[in-house]
Amino acid sequence: MTTTSPVVRVRDLRKSYGGVEAVRGISFSIAAGETFALLGPNGAGKSTTIEILEGYRGRDSGEVSVLGVDPHRGGLEWKARLGIVLQTSGESGTVTVTEQLRHFAGFYPNPRDVDEVIDAAGLREKAKTRISKLSGGQRRRVDVALGIIGRPELLFLDEPTTGFDPEARHQFWHLIRQLKAEGTTILLTTHYLDEAAQLGDRAGIIAGGRLIDIGPIDELGGADARVPLVRWRDATGQVREQRTDAPARLVAQLISAADGAEPDDLEVIRPSLEDVYLALVRSDEAQTLAHATPVGADAAADLSEKDVRA
Amino acid sequence: MTTTTTPSPVRPRSAAATTVRLGVSRIGYETRLYFRSPDTLFFTFFFPFIMLGIFTAAFSAAGNIGTNPDGTGGVSVGAYYLPGMLAAGMLLSGVQNLAVDIAGEKSDGTLKRLGGTPLSPLSYFMGKIGQVFVTAILQAGLLLLVARVLLNIELPSDPEKWATFAWVFLFGVITSAFLGIALASVPRSGKSATAVVIPVVLVLQFISGVYLQFTALPEWMQNLASVFPLKWMAQGMRSVFLPDSFAAAEQTGSWDLIWVAGALGVWLVVGLVVSRATFRWIRRDA
Repeated sequence: MTTTSPVVRVRDLRKSYGGVEAVRGISFSIAAGETFALLGPNGAGKSTTIEILEGYRGRDSGEVSVLGVDPHRGGLEWKARLGIVLQTSGESGTVTVTEQLRHFAGFYPNPRDVDEVIDAAGLREKAKTRISKLSGGQRRRVDVALGIIGRPELLFLDEPTTGFDPEARHQFWHLIRQLKAEGTTILLTTHYLDEAAQLGDRAGIIAGGRLIDIGPIDELGGADARVPLVRWRDATGQVREQRTDAPARLVAQLISAADGAEPDDLEVIRPSLEDVYLALVRSDEAQTLAHATPVGADAAADLSEKDVRA
Repeated sequence: MTTTTTPSPVRPRSAAATTVRLGVSRIGYETRLYFRSPDTLFFTFFFPFIMLGIFTAAFSAAGNIGTNPDGTGGVSVGAYYLPGMLAAGMLLSGVQNLAVDIAGEKSDGTLKRLGGTPLSPLSYFMGKIGQVFVTAILQAGLLLLVARVLLNIELPSDPEKWATFAWVFLFGVITSAFLGIALASVPRSGKSATAVVIPVVLVLQFISGVYLQFTALPEWMQNLASVFPLKWMAQGMRSVFLPDSFAAAEQTGSWDLIWVAGALGVWLVVGLVVSRATFRWIRRDA
């Protein structure tokens, strides 16, 4: 693998379901070793995009290259280089965790050690338990374990930590950091913005089938979106907000203006990724409404979700 | 695992060898799954045993079947039903087992997961068909053992009869397996699979001479059953386990083994073509 060419390259990707455009011209690249987070509301086109990259779905137009191969033509050797953790799984699971991992390890030319993966996924005490007897969060760890057993060059993680408790999520993050350290390229979708901030090097935000922003996690939304916000209650009981690059100076001014009195309910807020994300998605929704597109974004969302489940 | 690596990415095994190796691995995995599923064990594996027990218990008091006018000869009720139960086992192990199993795997995400791995669909099908053979052979062997030991049924000693048994069994099981894969494309969900598949299989068993004496059925029903493969599997098995005097009671007055082979051959091709045309790792690509 050459280090110069991106592992994933998407150019002007489009996909419609029955006349409704679920993906309307998305472009991005993921470099080798990078963790890229794809964020966006439900039905925004994330799953459609990721399923096209995984080879599960065809596309209407656009160029897609994953590990140098068009996913639509990806053969078994190509699949051997991928790890895929799908969004949900409802398998009946009458095999044990170890049996399942050992069986799947056999599919790959150079798999990881089954016991190491069981330990890394935090499944040691459940190794001999049937998958059907596991809790939802434990089954999700089995999904992740199956996704990495083949030592993938590129790992797809579609909402991997849904249903995890906070401790399990932190263990999962640790596991993903280990994979990153080994050079695995990762494409992550998640609804947890803190997860994207913890793991992602760069992120793209999809809304209404379009990529509305893309960049390093701490630059999303531009510098303006990250200006700290000072909020307080003034003498009349009114809540006031002001964005400023110098919050301490503003607070000092407030105090001196009130003759040394402490302002009520004072907060200095540095926008988190979640705040930046919500601001971006809301402003995109407002623009979409203003332009009054004939097809509702909700209709597209419903249809693509249904199709994904089928 | 080799300790040294060559710079050129030469694959250690050919693709065909990998497909076969994974197919064998799938047979073991699928067979384990089969014996861990209580539903499958009851409705597929032990069902013929249960029916054989019920029929033997219910009708044995009426005496032998196919006796001479003076009441001598004929075969016991258990011996009469044994070939039908063997045929039912072949149908259940292939059609019912795989149709319900694969429809379930389609809807619960198993196939989608496998579709994202380097497992060849050929290995997957080797696993399914291998599992059908392993379980059908165990089932038939156990049925014959129960018939011989518990029901005291005399089994044929003529090697020619066992040769007929072998080809009817192998041909019937492979045909059933492909028809099961084909039928798996019909149910819309895993939950509806049993509701779609079991009535089809059950009706076939009633009209094909498994539970009811085929020769006692009205002619139109016999003709209808002749369109489907189970009638021919049952007839082939009767030719092995019943005395030749029973051939006179068949539709044409003989065992018609050529027709058995012909009918199974046609259904095998139908099953293969439909399986090939309908199978997808995921249900459809919009």
